Amino acid sequence: MPEALLAERPVPASAAPLLSVDDLEGWYGESHVLHGVGFDVKPGEVVTLLGRNGAGKTTTLRAIIGILGRRRGSVTVKGVEAIAMPSRLIARLGVGYVPEERGIFASLTVAENLTLPPQVKPGGLTLKQIYELFPNLEERAGSQGTKLSGGEQQMLAIGRILRTGAKLLLLDEPTEGLAPVIVEQIGRTLRMLKTEGFTILLVEQNFRFAQTVADRHVVIEQGRVIDTIPNADLDANLGKLKTYLGV
Amino acid sequence: MATLFGVPLQALSGQLLLGLINGSFYAILSLGLAVIFGLLNIINFAHGAQYMMGAFVAWMLLNYAGVGYWPALLIAPVFVGLSGVLLERVLIARLYKLDHLYGLLLTFGVALIVQGLFRNHFGASGLPYAIPAELSGGHRLPFMFLPTYRGWVVVASLAVCLATWLAIEKTKLGAYLRAATENPALVQAFGVNVPLLLTLTYGFGVALAGFAGVLAAPVLSVNPNMGADIIIVVFAVVVIGGMGSILGAIVTGFGLGVVEGLVKVFYPEGSATVIFVIMALVLLVKPAGLFGRTA
Repeated sequence: MPEALLAERPVPASAAPLLSVDDLEGWYGESHVLHGVGFDVKPGEVVTLLGRNGAGKTTTLRAIIGILGRRRGSVTVKGVEAIAMPSRLIARLGVGYVPEERGIFASLTVAENLTLPPQVKPGGLTLKQIYELFPNLEERAGSQGTKLSGGEQQMLAIGRILRTGAKLLLLDEPTEGLAPVIVEQIGRTLRMLKTEGFTILLVEQNFRFAQTVADRHVVIEQGRVIDTIPNADLDANLGKLKTYLGV
Repeated sequence: MATLFGVPLQALSGQLLLGLINGSFYAILSLGLAVIFGLLNIINFAHGAQYMMGAFVAWMLLNYAGVGYWPALLIAPVFVGLSGVLLERVLIARLYKLDHLYGLLLTFGVALIVQGLFRNHFGASGLPYAIPAELSGGHRLPFMFLPTYRGWVVVASLAVCLATWLAIEKTKLGAYLRAATENPALVQAFGVNVPLLLTLTYGFGVALAGFAGVLAAPVLSVNPNMGADIIIVVFAVVVIGGMGSILGAIVTGFGLGVVEGLVKVFYPEGSATVIFVIMALVLLVKPAGLFGRTA
């Protein structure tokens, strides 16, 4: 890992939120899925959305980036109201999105996938830095994107938004279905990104993994935020959390 | 005289060339349809009318403005492409959320209107367009006589098909197009202006039709119905190649032109229907088309 990437950057404790979600409602077709979700993410924070299957975690991310059919309420990025914006303009506010299904394009090579998202802000990682972070991607640069293993596809999905200069990353279950050693590598990457000053909103099913990377956990149930647990208090609240998640 | 399977070689190569020329038009037209269908999910029934417009714009440039073939080869596709951009912005863009059928009905209606307007104004008998001086005459090859213009049609359309294929497969813009064909919502969520990409792609596909129209003007007569005649065959070509497949459109376009030519030699009665028979067979064996990907 390059030295420069690991240089610690202080995060102001009482900064204005980078992402603020308020009274967010969302629909899939006719079905009303989000019922007034609200939470903040401060610059440099890593926040997870925890909750059962179907609680509305993925839908919340989709509503933030603007690819949900219908949404209402408020989503502000750096104070800019984004609820009425098309997703391409939300991305241009400096938001990078990794969808749950990873969204690797089969008709593009690994290198093409990696360089597809346009730069939205200055200061993104260079291709060289991304290859240093994920050496597998460089070895397979010419392969078809979907020929990669699940773990490599996840690295590709994360790597390609690091190039864009987006400093707010929305990651939808980056560890889902991956081998423990790969999960560990992704955890290291997220911690490195945090020290680099990236702000991350992470959807997770696996709170044990979330515990290793996050500052705070926002618990979602039936399209509402029902609790927020600071990472330091996670162990003390384990019983409550297990009830929430039904594990 | 040399013969092959009892057919004079001269007749055989003559029909092969004719087949290649028809194949050139099939290839460019089905390529445009494939690009449009791939990204926009619109079955562009106006494609034949836009091909006809290309030929008419070249004819009008020559007869009203004294602009010759070579500039027309560039101006007419740009003009027809711009008309496509307008059509996409004003009408087609409203249909993306609806079923494919609506796009088909809209473009079919537009085709009827455009053809009707040209028929009213120019009549249905066809207008002549002279072969440019540089490409008139021909070459006597050992086995046949090759009219220069016909050779040019094959070379020019091959070059345009190849350039289009390279642009789609090897450039950044092509990568956007391929990615947006797969997952437009995600490409948009990366900050790419997908609606603009759709407009440009439609304009480009239509410009290809306009280019084919200019190429056709000197060999076929410039006629309001020229597009309606060819478009049915071109749709069969697209179905055989596989909806949305770029390479499929090019290869099947040329291939079926040649097959049609060969059938004209060996079984002339079948030449008008052979492509549809092949289409039926392909649909039975490989419903997604020869080069199509099943979802």
